Amino acid sequence: MFGRSLWVYHANSGGCNGCDIEVLCALTPYYDAERFGIKLVGSPRHADVMLCQGPAMRATAGPLRRAYDAMPAPKLVFAIGSCACGGGVWYDSYPVLGPVEKVVPVDYYIPGCPPRPEAIIYGVAVALGLVDKKTAPVRFKQLELPIPRYHPGDLAGEGELVVYEKADRV
Amino acid sequence: MSLLAKFQEMMVGLRAGRVTLPYPDQPAPAPAGFRGRPVFDAARCIGCAACANNCPAREILVVDVCQEIRILQYLGRRCTYCGRCADLCPEKAITMSREFETATDRIGDIGQRLELFMSTCQRCGRCFREPSALERLQMKGYRFDDLESERWIFRSQSYLPGAAQTQDVPIELD
Repeated sequence: MFGRSLWVYHANSGGCNGCDIEVLCALTPYYDAERFGIKLVGSPRHADVMLCQGPAMRATAGPLRRAYDAMPAPKLVFAIGSCACGGGVWYDSYPVLGPVEKVVPVDYYIPGCPPRPEAIIYGVAVALGLVDKKTAPVRFKQLELPIPRYHPGDLAGEGELVVYEKADRV
Repeated sequence: MSLLAKFQEMMVGLRAGRVTLPYPDQPAPAPAGFRGRPVFDAARCIGCAACANNCPAREILVVDVCQEIRILQYLGRRCTYCGRCADLCPEKAITMSREFETATDRIGDIGQRLELFMSTCQRCGRCFREPSALERLQMKGYRFDDLESERWIFRSQSYLPGAAQTQDVPIELD
């Protein structure tokens, strides 16, 4: 979809600046994001990718949506951090509407509070197709009761001496 | 003057060398003590729901679908990786791994779900004793009753419409 470099626009809609600092760290020469063609631009009209940090707040949901609408047509949205992915620990307080996917459609999620700069670069590399994603939902189901189970019908003996004849497993 | 300044800047740049880490090509493990994605060990979990009761983001849901099966669901969307669940687990079934590469395009990928058998008493058929009024008051709000929309249903026994005010908390007056 994107033949050339990704230009990113950095939108904080009410985060604590922790994810901002990690994004800026990912743009420093140590984690040189410009080798993937990622360049920070100041206007959403120049950008291909919007990096969302912070939850969708009551005051900033409208400007966030306007910034998303101002981006030219093939566009990606990254939700960076726990606030953007799920609303943050203050998800139920009065100014927080919830995750940013309530306002803008999110394509990639990078959880973490804040995510490491490596995690952000990993997310961008997943989006670019350089690496495969490692996460998959984990489901575990106990099929067998881990302790033996007794039925009163299997009681044998009289008086003080009562034993269970068999212990079947569910 | 400016040419000399540029030359000095070039010398500084040459002395620094190359500092860029070859990250996506080579793995960069997190340092020791880093709290990444919590890993739930189902073989050790006893289903006490201490993690769910103490999660600050309330991302661990406990649902009792029937008398004997308890579902522990870790959603992980707004998990801040505080490690409180791992601290509180009496069986040490939760460990904070150092795994941070959890970027995904579907938010359901970072969830974990355990379906556990709760052994019941063979005489009364219940898992535990009935919680007292004070315990029920403390438990309220940390359980998800409405699994579809992930909301709590606040049950107030005394203010149901049309019902008599029964089972109210008795208040002792002097």
